[in-house]
Amino acid sequence: MNPELQGRVFAPTAPYLVGREKIREFSRAVFATSPLNNDPDAAKAAGYDDIVAPPTFPIVIQEATLAQLLAEPDAGIDFTRVVHGDQRFSYTRAIVAGDELTATLAVTGIKSLGGHSMVTSESTIVDQTGAHVVTAISTLVVRGDE
Amino acid sequence: MIAELGEIVAEKTYTLTRDSLVRYAGASGDFNPIHYRDDVAESVGLPGVLAHGMLTMGFAVQPVVDWIGDSAKILDYQVRFTRPVVVDPTDGAVVTVVAKVGALTDAEIRIDLTVTFADQTVLGKAQARVSLA
Repeated sequence: MNPELQGRVFAPTAPYLVGREKIREFSRAVFATSPLNNDPDAAKAAGYDDIVAPPTFPIVIQEATLAQLLAEPDAGIDFTRVVHGDQRFSYTRAIVAGDELTATLAVTGIKSLGGHSMVTSESTIVDQTGAHVVTAISTLVVRGDE
Repeated sequence: MIAELGEIVAEKTYTLTRDSLVRYAGASGDFNPIHYRDDVAESVGLPGVLAHGMLTMGFAVQPVVDWIGDSAKILDYQVRFTRPVVVDPTDGAVVTVVAKVGALTDAEIRIDLTVTFADQTVLGKAQARVSLA
């Protein structure tokens, strides 16, 4: 992997409009059964503009940034050798239906360990007003030759 | 939401089937074939079709969400993917989540998750920080 990736910041992704049915679909897939994830009236009664996405939903928006990283011509990352090492989300607020979200990826760490390389990146996700919503941090492990 | 250090606040068992993996692939957009094709999983040396790590991360926090009642109280959620969850085509995979109070201050509570499949933990340092505000 190219060590010069360290510190690189990518262009913001195209805005992602969070749909109500997408939240329901994702909620069902992760066994999320809270009324806040499904019922707009319940969400409004709890103070939200619309239904609330489950905590790991930001991965859907982060995915576009990781695709940018893997596609970077000088990155030297072989997609078939990539394993997800760890994942973290730091929230300012929950995502709700109607949000229009943009993600900006920065590579924050590159290291080698026992023939494997590890790349840590942070995707900062903001809404249509530019306000921070959540930061998604991933470490991808690129396995070396066996 | 009153809890003591070391207290188990939630516990739940999930049965994943191949259908669960296809459903998660569609919902998340992660169509890596190791999550639904035995031949591809085998060709890259895996013991079988695996659940998406992000699927496991996704449901592992749900008992905590149900306990606190509102996921927006979660300030931070992190996991390490330490072992794969192999999903058998007929029997599926049974994964157990135990959520325990790992740390407690006046402002927040840290829930530590123990996520187990086939008698082994599959996530490391699985922690959710929850606001008490």
